[in-house]
Amino acid sequence: MTHIVEMKGMNKYFGKLHVLKNIDLTVEQGEVVVIIGASGSGKSTLIRCVNGLEEFESGKLVVDGQALAPKGGNQKALTEIRKEVGMVFQQFNLFPHLTVKKNVMLGPMKVKNASQVVANATAERLLNRVGIGNQADKYPSHLSGGQQQRVAIARALAMEPRLMLFDEPTSALDPEMIGEVLDVMRELAKEGMTMMVVTHEMGFAREVADRVIYIHEGQIVEQGKPDDVFDNPQNERTQAFLSRVLAH
Amino acid sequence: MEFQFQFDWQAAIDSIPFLLKGIPYTLLISFGGLLIGFVLGIIFGLLSINKKWFLRWPATAYIEIFRGTPILVQVLFIFYGLPDLIGSPINPLTAGIAAIALNSGAYISEVVRGGVQSIDKGQTEAGLSLGLSRTQTFWSIIWPQAFRRMIPPLGNQAIVSIKDTSLFSVIGVGELVRQGQIYIANTFTAFEVYFVVAILYLAITLSLSLILRLVERRGLASV
Repeated sequence: MTHIVEMKGMNKYFGKLHVLKNIDLTVEQGEVVVIIGASGSGKSTLIRCVNGLEEFESGKLVVDGQALAPKGGNQKALTEIRKEVGMVFQQFNLFPHLTVKKNVMLGPMKVKNASQVVANATAERLLNRVGIGNQADKYPSHLSGGQQQRVAIARALAMEPRLMLFDEPTSALDPEMIGEVLDVMRELAKEGMTMMVVTHEMGFAREVADRVIYIHEGQIVEQGKPDDVFDNPQNERTQAFLSRVLAH
Repeated sequence: MEFQFQFDWQAAIDSIPFLLKGIPYTLLISFGGLLIGFVLGIIFGLLSINKKWFLRWPATAYIEIFRGTPILVQVLFIFYGLPDLIGSPINPLTAGIAAIALNSGAYISEVVRGGVQSIDKGQTEAGLSLGLSRTQTFWSIIWPQAFRRMIPPLGNQAIVSIKDTSLFSVIGVGELVRQGQIYIANTFTAFEVYFVVAILYLAITLSLSLILRLVERRGLASV
């Protein structure tokens, strides 16, 4: 297997706050990695470094063969990486001035110079796949949160990414809509998509993840197969965290 | 002696054809100036939020200077002051358009800045994540949304600028107020003529308000 993400001794600061401490992490092609941890532990920051939405201060980060330099250096690599890495946000971040279909068409047309016809066909195919095909001409604000997030997934998939980043994709959703979004992600995992998922959905993590990573105060404290991490956590911090989140 | 004022309708009506001759100038100065002001506003508004200080500072200086001094002083400076510097006279129409352009440009810069900054940074992140460049992200994602939010304050600025042109009677542009002054000098019917002048301004600004309201409704319908 080949590494699609490789982090070595990566450090990240927000001012004086040391958010990511000496992170070593590799993600293999086709792997689903779920990152868990308390709020403020640095788990979102970690995946935001992968596509350069956050800069890091020191260490090594290679994504899809492109080495990113600390402090936002190597913009060229960043441009290449972003074409290959899709991202889904907690707040969906759909473009409100464009219809659902235009949201999905924008990336291929602007970045890959896809023709209107090709981009349109791709958008229709992907919207059908996430179950929004019949809403293609509506504006995002006319859709429910769950539907919007599924559009956001389709929008990212339109770029045919080699890696998908999910930053708490269900945290802003009403409880009854979480399932429909997780279903789409589950399908995606089944089809072999490489995924890094930050989530509080422990059931999803246990079922879909190849590997679960627990982050505490910017450090990877524990990682392993979901059953091992959830049923038999080795680190006492992991134990404490899991007893809190699994208690209810 | 008893004094009784009577509004002379005939005098008011008689003044209309002469006053109407001022309207093309009022409109030319306002909209000519606003058009240039809009371009200046986009340029300096965007420069004023640039990360590079050597782009940001001059833009901020321009905005502060033209917002912080009266437009009457600005137009007097352009019309009477600048010719000393450049060595040739400036015609009053040009001076008027320049004053509206520079003055509204400063206010519109602030409108542009506010509009752009009001867009959630998640929009930029979503654009960049798709692989769009910063420029592409700005023009295809941020600007269309920001522009929609800018329409009401832009309309407001247009109305202010239209009324500001009335001050340019002092440099002798034949706009609405100037026409009124000339007419009154011959007829001494100040009350009636200024009444008509006011009504004509109101007609222009109300039409504009109406158009803007329609534009706004159409623009917002899609969001």
